[in-house]
Amino acid sequence: MNNRQSRTGVHRRDFLKLSVAASGGLLIGFHFPGVSKLASAQQSSANTFMPNAFVRIGTDERITVIVNHSEMGQGVYTSLPMLLAEELDADWTKVGYESAPVDPKYNHPAFGMQMTGGSSSVWSGLEQFRQAGAAARAMLIAAAAQQWNVDASTCRTDSGAVLNGSSRKLTYGHLASAAAKLTPPEHVQLKDPKTFKLIGKPIKRLDTPEKLNGKAEFGIDVKLPGMLTAVIVRPPIFGAKMKSFDDSRTRSIPGVRKVVAVPSGVAVIADTFWQAKTGRDALRVEWDEGSMQSFDTGKMMQDFRERVKSPGTSVRNDGDAAAALANATKKIEAVYEVPYLSHLMMEPLNCTVDLRTDSCEVWTGSQFQTIDRANAAKIAGLPPEKVQLHTTFLGGGFGRRANPQSDFVVEAVHVAKAVGAPVKVIWTREDDMAGGWYRPAFLHAIEGGVDASGNAVGWRSRLVGQSIMAGTPFAAMMMKGKDYDPASVEGVDDLPYAIPNVAVESHQAEINVPVQWWRSVGHSHTAFAVECFIDELAALAGKDPYQFRRALLQKKPRHLGVLNLAAEKARWDRPLPKGVGRGIAVHFAFGSYAASVAEVSVTEGKVRVHRMVCAIDCGQYVNPGIIKAQTEGGAIFGASAALYQELTFESGRLQQTNFHTFPVMRINECPEIETHIVESNEKSGGIGEPGVPCAAPAIANAVFAVTGKRVRRLPIRLTEAV
Amino acid sequence: MISFSVNKQRVNLDVDPSTPLLWVLRENLGLTGTKYGCGMAQCGACTVHLDGEAVRSCVAPVLRATGKAVTTIEGLSPDLSHPLQRAWLEEDVPQCGYCQSGQLMSAAVLLREKTRPTDEDIDQAMTGNICRCGTYPRIRRAIHRAAEMVAKEGAR
Repeated sequence: MNNRQSRTGVHRRDFLKLSVAASGGLLIGFHFPGVSKLASAQQSSANTFMPNAFVRIGTDERITVIVNHSEMGQGVYTSLPMLLAEELDADWTKVGYESAPVDPKYNHPAFGMQMTGGSSSVWSGLEQFRQAGAAARAMLIAAAAQQWNVDASTCRTDSGAVLNGSSRKLTYGHLASAAAKLTPPEHVQLKDPKTFKLIGKPIKRLDTPEKLNGKAEFGIDVKLPGMLTAVIVRPPIFGAKMKSFDDSRTRSIPGVRKVVAVPSGVAVIADTFWQAKTGRDALRVEWDEGSMQSFDTGKMMQDFRERVKSPGTSVRNDGDAAAALANATKKIEAVYEVPYLSHLMMEPLNCTVDLRTDSCEVWTGSQFQTIDRANAAKIAGLPPEKVQLHTTFLGGGFGRRANPQSDFVVEAVHVAKAVGAPVKVIWTREDDMAGGWYRPAFLHAIEGGVDASGNAVGWRSRLVGQSIMAGTPFAAMMMKGKDYDPASVEGVDDLPYAIPNVAVESHQAEINVPVQWWRSVGHSHTAFAVECFIDELAALAGKDPYQFRRALLQKKPRHLGVLNLAAEKARWDRPLPKGVGRGIAVHFAFGSYAASVAEVSVTEGKVRVHRMVCAIDCGQYVNPGIIKAQTEGGAIFGASAALYQELTFESGRLQQTNFHTFPVMRINECPEIETHIVESNEKSGGIGEPGVPCAAPAIANAVFAVTGKRVRRLPIRLTEAV
Repeated sequence: MISFSVNKQRVNLDVDPSTPLLWVLRENLGLTGTKYGCGMAQCGACTVHLDGEAVRSCVAPVLRATGKAVTTIEGLSPDLSHPLQRAWLEEDVPQCGYCQSGQLMSAAVLLREKTRPTDEDIDQAMTGNICRCGTYPRIRRAIHRAAEMVAKEGAR
């Protein structure tokens, strides 16, 4: 166990160094509770055997896996039960899932708190869930051996039963009560991967049936007796303060129970959502608009363009980039810009709270259970253990539901306090989009040079943007010893290309727009800048963009592996029909390597993506079906941002409101996508986010291939291309 | 009082007639399978059938349902037996699942109208339904698969 712990510990630190995600921010300590310790905290009952915190086996043969990560579409309610069921030798048809309550025993093994993010659930749960399954299996075997009066070592298990010899068989359900009386083992033997029956197979998701008949319960579906519904008028400008409100018309609307000021704005509380919303529409609020009333994203980007002309904080400095660039035979300089982005989960934010004098219950789709509980407890005036948070299904997360301030939870507790009844706060789509915590806007200025033979000799990246970590409770921890935010530069600070002179510099912009981790965090913009610029360097050197990358990645076998696989499957060398161009990109993020080839055409200034070929190397994998879904979904998520999405502010006010002004790729725009998974024995990496970063640069590079114009700003607008 | 049927059951409701059908289904009738996504007929998460036609219930006043038959995801089949539900299971379509009720209800009208929908038919019928997780490739495959099932089973 100790060996294993330190081995995975190293991996975790690598992961943190390379990608500071939602999760990365929250490293409180490596915490890996032993299985036996967990077991002592659990109670088995007459009808169930609960050998540890992660599994319950019923006398009815049902096996319930308690999952400590939130299901937001990424498949943890299937992949984590697979790990446990594999070691348990369970009958998969009897396996179900349950969302874990908030409890330290369900803390993320690497991050020391209960949370979901950073593409970390499966790699961090590998040991935890396999150990839990193996421990339960050992106890069931011991119970059977006792009953048969044989040595446990002569017993074997298969598909939910213990077997001995050719005739003796007892099912887990039969053994549950006897096993519950035994002491959990100190050590368990994990299976030889060669004998896996579930791990590595495209097992169908366990949560599909309830997502096809309306039964799956999302936060917005929670209903409590006597529950009221609230909508909130929030400030129209970040930092604006409510001066006064006139609720005379609101109060006359049937169903409206209360209109009350809360720290985040004014809450209209009614029997139903529509009454509350109608009441809100009738409310008049006066605001003190504050210092952001003149905020304008156009001006902000102009400031960024000025700022990037001066040197920033050094992040990486190999060789002498300035001298190499000065002596280069040919040089090129490019500025890449990306906007603020909304997470835009299909299910808008919402939170239900039942606050009593000595307890508080919260129902929501959270990615940040420990933090949310602690923040809710502060507002409720209760110790955290008197607060329970029930994690529902999440209608998408993408990082938004991992808010360091628990904004949507804290607000709902304030409303519950004010109204004195169970209450659900629902954000409209417009509220959700205007509510902040965006992917920050970034600017990358890159200079590169090649020598007379076309070899890349120097690279300098300088970037400007807001820090995600600064100002959060995690800043001190994550930015320790660094005067830049690692989440801003991840994906460029580890530039994999063999270029002898590399400098990376960072400027931190101070702007009062709340920003947060957005699926793939820093990689969402660094991959765009880096992978477009390497294409520009290839052109400068007169070389094919795929071959140019290959030459510079000779010492990076896993980058090379996915790059070659994507190029081969896309048949890089095959000529395309006239009017279609091909672009390529490769990127490492969250412990996994990804590459994409995009094929696009451009008609009347509109980009159409016809095909995307993705290659992914996430090390040892658990469920290839889920990996394909995440990779495809990530490509579509990245393509949506590349083609359509941008948040802009004028006079402090957000200009986008809903899907018509902040579009998402639709089925008629969706390319054909193929995903190819690298077979690997390397340590498991993440899968929720690594599919996103390559989409934008692959598409942008394909646009160059077909139009000869470089895309240097997202979303892609060909009128701006150079 | 507004009267209509929901999933073949008659309902009489005393609600503000301008309330969107979506919120009446969700809050007054407890049918939360139909989802709120945008409130302006942009995303399709709220799609239900009104006398067999796909409508965006977030912008349809409940008054519009008067005397009509509403079918929601809960009424698509009692037991996941609708060909689309079976095809969705076989293709393992959903990820977060939030948009899938609307996707299925839109696809159900398509499949009734076109027994062998082409990719263009699918584009046309399904473009109003956004999926943020990006399940589109599997949705497309599942619709084709459901059409094949119906063809085979119909011939039997």
